[in-house]
Amino acid sequence: MDEKIRHILEILENDARTSPEEIASLTDMSAQDVSQTIAKLEETGVIRHYKTIVDWDLVGENDVYAVIELKVTLERNQGYQAIAERIYKFPEVRSVRLLSGNYDISLTVRGKSMKDVAFFVAEKIATLDQVQSTSTHFVLKTYKEDGVILHEPETIQRLPVSF
Amino acid sequence: MRPSCDPSKFVADVVKEIPPSGIRRFFDLVSGLEDVISLGVGEPDFITPWHIREMCIHSLEKGQTSYTSNYGLPELRDELTRTYYRRYGLDYDPSSEILITTGVSEALDIAVRTVVNPGDEVIIVQPSYVAYLPSVVLAGGKPVIVSTHRDDEFSLTAEALKPAITDKTKAIILNFPNNPTGAIMSKEGLEDIADLVVENDLFVISDEVYECLTYEGKHVPLSSLDGMKERTVMLNGFSKAYAMTGLRLGFAMGSPEIIHSMMMIHQYSMLCAPITAQIGAIEALRHGKDEMERMVREYDRRRHFIVRGFNRIGLECCNPKGAFYAFPYVGNTGLSSSEFAERLLDEKKVVAIPGDAFGEAGEGFLRCAYAASINDIRKALDRMEDFVDRLKQ
Repeated sequence: MDEKIRHILEILENDARTSPEEIASLTDMSAQDVSQTIAKLEETGVIRHYKTIVDWDLVGENDVYAVIELKVTLERNQGYQAIAERIYKFPEVRSVRLLSGNYDISLTVRGKSMKDVAFFVAEKIATLDQVQSTSTHFVLKTYKEDGVILHEPETIQRLPVSF
Repeated sequence: MRPSCDPSKFVADVVKEIPPSGIRRFFDLVSGLEDVISLGVGEPDFITPWHIREMCIHSLEKGQTSYTSNYGLPELRDELTRTYYRRYGLDYDPSSEILITTGVSEALDIAVRTVVNPGDEVIIVQPSYVAYLPSVVLAGGKPVIVSTHRDDEFSLTAEALKPAITDKTKAIILNFPNNPTGAIMSKEGLEDIADLVVENDLFVISDEVYECLTYEGKHVPLSSLDGMKERTVMLNGFSKAYAMTGLRLGFAMGSPEIIHSMMMIHQYSMLCAPITAQIGAIEALRHGKDEMERMVREYDRRRHFIVRGFNRIGLECCNPKGAFYAFPYVGNTGLSSSEFAERLLDEKKVVAIPGDAFGEAGEGFLRCAYAASINDIRKALDRMEDFVDRLKQ
């Protein structure tokens, strides 16, 4: 990968609000080149989406998250893609991953309450023909989300001046 | 009652000869000030990567708290041999050509004491790290200063070096990538220096602690050049590349004769480097590449940001290709380095180190470490812009 592109992606992954002008200063490019590069990365799908990581606990929102493990049976001529597509279209489903190991697919589901999540899984996911079994694990606390630590990060204590 | 005395009379003359450090003076000025933004810190602002810390913790849990070989843990020396062979094709024997030290500072001290006889001349290339000159003085040597210049992007040229060599010259201390200028040496430039070294039968102490922080081109170890391995002791460490400053771990690589002689001093003064840090260093070499590269990319971005910022506010700054220091020129403001730095601290609460702390060749410049967050660099630049604008009025 081109080093400049890597720089741009890392900067945006760390803070999507960084302006093209600032990225230009950080990468020794012109702001116009940065904007064009970003547009291209968006067009080609390298940059899929910009989002914000919110600590909902701090504003008193009590949404419930759960990780759901699914075992699935594949139908003839239908791979995992087909069942994944069936599942990820539900807005309650925040992530869908195909995994190696004892089960096949892992989902993260968000709901207003444990009951909400449980009913969603029972009614929408477990009832799908391809789904053999489900195992639901409610999230009690999130310490780190997508690389961001959700409490005060470590700080380094340095002398104000050193050799 | 026995009479009291003045204990200072017991201090050796050679210690009294050490000039006070310009950086230490600044440390005293900064102490106690609030809302200070510091570009004066010569160490990474990253915490040691977790996997390295975790390995140190694990070693303590296992009770690995003993002395090691005077030379350092064999596994660490093996890993260094592999690392330097992989990086540069260098071939150092882990059993006789590598010494693990307590930071590069110790490596420098014992390298100088190993090589220098009283009265020997040692060439120091300035602007330079503050420890070189006192190390030579303490060893009874005579420092001879060679200056690098902005026009050469602070690289050392053979033309500048040649006139400083006399029949008393024993060694040269080199430091590229350089603290404070950020300068690096090209392979061609180093070849010219190597020719002079061989021609005049000299030895080189090459402090390459910023080796991994090379942003443009590729670092060339002096010892990798033809005929230079036995004429060079390479000093290096883990502080800058792996953000391990407080763990105090360095190493020296050189001929068995030099390394053994350094070990003779080391075994009586330090005995061995701390085992916990050595275990962390093994982990750093084995699995630290990604984290190190991540930090280097971040420094690189800040480098562009700060250099562009200085040039924008009218403080001309040549492009530092290594280390994490920018070295802008402030001589056109009508103030000396020290005046500029002191007023900047006093009026704007920004710490930058006056260039003359690194030798006369640094006069007119400031050392600004970009081992600081982008936010801090941005704020510091804003305050400096305001300061410079007021000077112009």
